[in-house]
Amino acid sequence: MNRWLPRIYLMLVYALLYVPILVLVIYSFNDSRTGYRWGGLSLRWYQALFDNHAMVQAMWNSLWLALAAATVSTVIGGLTALALHRYQFRGKQALRGMLFVVMMSPEIVLAISLLALFLVVGVQLGFVSLLLAHVTFCLPFVVITVMARLSGLDERLMEAARDLGAGEFTTVRTILVPVMMPALLAGWLLGFTLSLDDVVVSTFVSGPSYEILPLRIYSMVRVGLKPEVNALGTLLLVFSLVMLVLSQFILMRNKQ
Amino acid sequence: MNQTLLSLRGISKHYGGRAVLKALDLDILDGEFLTLLGPSGCGKTTLLRLLAGFERPDSGTLTLSGQDITRIPPERRPLNTVFQQYALFPHLTVAGNVAYGLRMEKRPEAEIRQRVTEALAMVQLAEFAQRKPHQLSGGQQQRVAIARAVIKRPKLLLLDEPLSALDYKLRRQMQIELKRLQRELGITFVFVTHDQEEALSMSDRVVVLRDGEVQQLGTPREVYERPTNLFTARFVGETNLFPATVKAIDGDRIALDVRGLSRDLRKPAFQVSVGEQVNVLLRPEDIRVLAADADYGFPGTVIERNYKGSTLDSLIRLEDGNEVLASEFFDEDDPAFDYNLGEQVRVSWVDGWEWMLPTANGDAAGPHNA
Repeated sequence: MNRWLPRIYLMLVYALLYVPILVLVIYSFNDSRTGYRWGGLSLRWYQALFDNHAMVQAMWNSLWLALAAATVSTVIGGLTALALHRYQFRGKQALRGMLFVVMMSPEIVLAISLLALFLVVGVQLGFVSLLLAHVTFCLPFVVITVMARLSGLDERLMEAARDLGAGEFTTVRTILVPVMMPALLAGWLLGFTLSLDDVVVSTFVSGPSYEILPLRIYSMVRVGLKPEVNALGTLLLVFSLVMLVLSQFILMRNKQ
Repeated sequence: MNQTLLSLRGISKHYGGRAVLKALDLDILDGEFLTLLGPSGCGKTTLLRLLAGFERPDSGTLTLSGQDITRIPPERRPLNTVFQQYALFPHLTVAGNVAYGLRMEKRPEAEIRQRVTEALAMVQLAEFAQRKPHQLSGGQQQRVAIARAVIKRPKLLLLDEPLSALDYKLRRQMQIELKRLQRELGITFVFVTHDQEEALSMSDRVVVLRDGEVQQLGTPREVYERPTNLFTARFVGETNLFPATVKAIDGDRIALDVRGLSRDLRKPAFQVSVGEQVNVLLRPEDIRVLAADADYGFPGTVIERNYKGSTLDSLIRLEDGNEVLASEFFDEDDPAFDYNLGEQVRVSWVDGWEWMLPTANGDAAGPHNA
């Protein structure tokens, strides 16, 4: 009894976490039109999904946006982390604190303030506004990931490089960037996934010219749950899993 | 060998208002093994970092072979460093680490390959070329760090406590290996350590530093046998201190009252006058422990016996409460050798083995093991 109770408890927790996902995956292969009845194995919803032009377009839009947002925030975030780590300057603590403010504040607050800003400045709602918004909420995650790596960095490595004849820039290029690489990749992947599934901020700052996947799904679901959504969910799940395995693999290989 | 390679003139360095180095003058000779010895906080690491170029002095000049290098950044100084924790590049292989300095010089790849192979053979790591640093033991990482630093054939090699992370046996082994390397390469070594034994066994000359000032500069023998002040005497090895009063001076002999006993000793090099206080210094190995019925020496009680393998260390409390440390080599033929704890003995030394220092230089006589 005492031995089984924890196991049952654990199984319940995991069931709660994974059964819905499993149901989604199974139903994506369901031939039946209504989601409550099993009508045999089929790939028809995948077919329907790829025939849906607007959907495929939204998928590409989302991927492109996530790619751009992750890359831009990795570059800016990496440099920010470097500055916060290497240099002493006035207001450093405040700057660090502000990163956490962006990370911890409710997304809706960020969304409204960004929308207000874009309207005031006159940024057309579309790809640019989405990119700026996504970079904003990805940035703190990248900075924190990279800073964690830098804090474990032996300062002497940089000195050793200079001692052996490398100038400041060469040292950064040949020593610092390679050593930071796992953290930069991890930060990039984090930014990529955050951008890919963001709904709240995107709802506010996107325009009709650039529709992205999470918003497309959201509007689809509003008029009724279509089986295509299951297929799409399954594809996204597989994609996320691949990314997860990839990032773990990179981190593991670099740890050794 | 006797030519000056690097000379420091009036080097000062402050950190947050605290003087770490105080107008330091030092000449480093070409081809020598020079050790900077001192307790932590004495400025020895700062001095090494100044030589490497990681720090700039507040004042003073550094001259290397006649060229002023005070303002030259580390990457353009013809000297290299072996860091305390090795600082090997974790993302590069052993060969990549060793080749780094040559790559920075943009040497042709064939030359780099050949010189890396030579350097790794020199430190006996040829078969580890393709490993990553984390796959090596501490001693092997240490050797990679040395190979990486000497591959550019620097005029001067700076070593920042390079052996402090190794265990005792490996340390001894690396000490011998470093000496061999230094002989073979003919490079000047500046070695930083807080370990006096290491300093004595490896160096041609030792610089004893304290609070950013040179206390003494000399051969290991000079520093150990003829310290110029009490700090050096106490820091480099154990010292027994006997305060004494000058009773009479006769030619090159002086008569001293050492804690109530009269001794007739050789006159020291410094000025003495009758009635003056001097310190008589004796290394533990110069002390003789005699039986209680001996007719000379200070009476005392054995309060500690410490078996050290090749020597036996005894701590003897004299009647006036001061303690004397004696270190004797085993002599199995000497029946009187083994004293028991609590046994009454007498303590003396062989005439001429003592060393005298004036008390006037501000050092008060204190316990021997300060």
